[in-house]
Amino acid sequence: MSAWETIIGLEVHCELKTATKLFCGCPNMFGDEPNTNCCPVCLGLPGSLPVLNKGAVELAIRIGLALNCTVAPSTFHRKNYFYPDMPKDYQISQYDQPLNAGGWIDLPDGSRVGITRAHMEEDTGKSTHLGGTGRIHGADSSLIDYNRSGVPLVEIVSEPDMRSGVQARAYVAELRAILVAVGATDGRMEEGSMRVDANVSVRKPGDPFGTRCEIKNLNSLRSLQRAIEYETARQIDLIEAGERVVQETRHFDEQTGRTGTMRSKEEATDYRYFPEPDLVPLNPSVAWVDEIRSNLAPLPKARREHLLAAVGEVTPALVDLVATVVDRDLDTLVRAAIDAGAPAQLAIARAANELDADGALPSPASFAGTCQLEASGRLSATQAKQVLSELLSDPHGDPAAIADRLGFVAMDDGALDAVLEAAIADHASEWQRYCDGDDKLAQFFVGKVMAATKGKANGKAVIAAIAARRP
Amino acid sequence: MTTSAISLAQAIAARTTTAAAATDAALSAITERDGELHAFLHVDADAAREAASAIDARLAAGETVGPLAGVPVAIKDNLVMTGVPTTCGSKILEGWRPPYTATVVERLIDAGAIPIGKTNLDEFAMGSSTENSAFGPSLNPIDPTKVPGGSSGGSAVAVAAGYVPVSLGSDTGGSIRQPAAFCGLVGYKPTYGHISRYGLVAFSSSLDQVGPFTTTVADAALVSEVIGGHDHRDSTSIDAPAPGLLEACGRGVAGLRIGLCSDLLDGADAAIVDRVRAAAAALEAAGATVVDLAIPELRLGLSAYYLLAPAEASSNLARYDGVRFGLREERDDVAAMNVATRTAGFGPEVKRRIMLGTYALSAGYYDAYYGQAQKTRRLITNALDAAYQGVDLLLGATTPTTAFGFGDKVADPLSMYLSDLFTIPSNLAGHPAMSVPFGADSAGLPIGVQLLAPGRRDDLLFAAGAVLESEVSA
Repeated sequence: MSAWETIIGLEVHCELKTATKLFCGCPNMFGDEPNTNCCPVCLGLPGSLPVLNKGAVELAIRIGLALNCTVAPSTFHRKNYFYPDMPKDYQISQYDQPLNAGGWIDLPDGSRVGITRAHMEEDTGKSTHLGGTGRIHGADSSLIDYNRSGVPLVEIVSEPDMRSGVQARAYVAELRAILVAVGATDGRMEEGSMRVDANVSVRKPGDPFGTRCEIKNLNSLRSLQRAIEYETARQIDLIEAGERVVQETRHFDEQTGRTGTMRSKEEATDYRYFPEPDLVPLNPSVAWVDEIRSNLAPLPKARREHLLAAVGEVTPALVDLVATVVDRDLDTLVRAAIDAGAPAQLAIARAANELDADGALPSPASFAGTCQLEASGRLSATQAKQVLSELLSDPHGDPAAIADRLGFVAMDDGALDAVLEAAIADHASEWQRYCDGDDKLAQFFVGKVMAATKGKANGKAVIAAIAARRP
Repeated sequence: MTTSAISLAQAIAARTTTAAAATDAALSAITERDGELHAFLHVDADAAREAASAIDARLAAGETVGPLAGVPVAIKDNLVMTGVPTTCGSKILEGWRPPYTATVVERLIDAGAIPIGKTNLDEFAMGSSTENSAFGPSLNPIDPTKVPGGSSGGSAVAVAAGYVPVSLGSDTGGSIRQPAAFCGLVGYKPTYGHISRYGLVAFSSSLDQVGPFTTTVADAALVSEVIGGHDHRDSTSIDAPAPGLLEACGRGVAGLRIGLCSDLLDGADAAIVDRVRAAAAALEAAGATVVDLAIPELRLGLSAYYLLAPAEASSNLARYDGVRFGLREERDDVAAMNVATRTAGFGPEVKRRIMLGTYALSAGYYDAYYGQAQKTRRLITNALDAAYQGVDLLLGATTPTTAFGFGDKVADPLSMYLSDLFTIPSNLAGHPAMSVPFGADSAGLPIGVQLLAPGRRDDLLFAAGAVLESEVSA
């Protein structure tokens, strides 16, 4: 069987983190009592008119600039279709003149994914279907919450540049990090702040694109990858069995891990797009776009590169740790700690594994001090982690003083020798095997020493002492 | 009631009469005659009396009141008022009480005007006779066997019958000017964006404008100054001061160049052509220069309009789906409920236009219909702009005929659409226009002449309109 190639393009809907909705002054708030953040405009009542939220436009332009798009004069269109949670039975969106077009994202693995466009539109209300399968067909009744109606969205459409579920997942993770970094969204996929539709097709490399299917509403990175992998296998199976892939919209079932038909191409709506007569063209001035550009927060890629530049030798493991640090918004702290004298690799590792930007954080000086104590051997790794944990409630605490209070006294070599000797005496046969060349047993004796000293011993010193005693 | 709004407001302010008396007079005239004429779909007598008493109390307390204090007004039933039924002449909205008030109504109330009730119209403002109202037609008070025109027929009747000195209508393709002409009133459609559309139930958003019916040009100027000006709730509202309209009423036309446009005249009844020529002579006598000119592109307006307006309407009227307000025909699933509700709730003309508009926007037909109509709209606007290089104003007929009889055009929608031939170009171009009563035909039916001005030169209409008015009353 010759290899198949998967072709993936993604459409990501991102809710903008504005104070108010896109076309009215209602609060843009997730989780409030249903139908409390509504007015004539976002309920689409007869006679109401939309007024564009300038703050939402600014966030959309930030997104465009962060995705290397051209920000251009644009217009709004009406996308017409009937659905009960869409109050006007048309969605105000952008069509042939989007605000942002023609950009790209560089992924951490070095690949580049093209961005076709990133346009503005309004969200719909949220339907809850009671009875049946939870979908509208076969439901006993439906409840509609219009709090979400009119919430500003940016839809980011990629080129069909991705070739695997893993790459698609990395793209969404990177996109999410960019959107969060520029302050456009909170990026909470589980709350629907970001929703992903995946267009998937397969082909033999070099062939034209195959027939694609669109999988709707993937709401986690894991679902995205699973759905693409399932859909790829399904399409390959069909073709290899001599059948054809039918262009259609599919949904992904989290429970079974399978995709299923939602509607076929024949059922596709004719959206009858036409220019929205209630809004005037959106022509952001060059000066305004330049001002937004100059105030744009540093993007994840630049932040990762900046942090890696502080380290001497770059290993794949370190690249992952740096990605985690930036992803958790800890890079500012780590860079400050490095500037304050912390060894870079250690600061990165401790931040990636021990700290959480959503909680309390140590001050850069205290974090740097802790890293220095560990690097010098004054604190063991275990002790250093405990000191960091203490610093969370006392961010400006003196790491050395905290270590003293916790009774973390560096062991002198004599004390360490005595403990090691006792361990060797208690486990003579293991020691013999170690001396005969079974290197794995070194870790056994490190463990014994650590247990006996309750973690106070410096791991590196213990390893050195064990090695030194080997005949 | 033949008193103008301005003199009534002055009398009330001078306390020679009261807002309560003016309101009672309006209400009793309605009681007496509106059973026959059917101008109103809803009269709120208690609220009107209460508002009038409040005005009188403020005057008694020596407070400053607005320029329309105590003047009863009628509101076309496609403008919303908090808690007051708004039907748009359609069964689909029956029982709906909006939770908010249109900007124009708010401004009238702030100026002290007393809203008496909501007036009849062709369903969703689609029509030229009020025969498309789901609640029955209004009758022309000059000759009750004739239509009052439409779609703002009820508002025209409310003023022509003398109930109130002022009413508001909306004009998408002539829906103020045509009924004004049929009923012998001043009817004004402002520059697009001069008067807020917030709270006007949309028919065709890029063409709709609110405007007044009055018995005098000066009243139209005052009311338009009250309701006009920028509104942050309407994105298409012009954010710049408009030229003074009241001031323009006394300006005269000396030195103005006026184009007598054959494409706004040819094909009209002979009596109407005569009156338009008489108007040209009157303007010339008042110091204007009148030149004959042709703008053949205007003839394309009707077909462009009957694609663009239905296209926008097909989208604007999608929200009447039975989900949130108005009529709902219960069915087992939502799509069936949508279809049943819309089938039961919309009348034949609304359905016709929704289908026409849906077709014009459909994939594969968009370029040939909607796209082509947009180009035609641009062509007409350019032709008008070119004409205004040589003249300040255009003069023509408002309508090809005087008021026609009930049923005369119902069977043939195209002949009904032709009623709008001369009024549509101003809507397409977004330019202001006014119909001024200027005599009558041999049957005594009123004739309106139409003045057209370039965008944002509404003041010129009032200067010329006042001259024509003085000629008629002289």
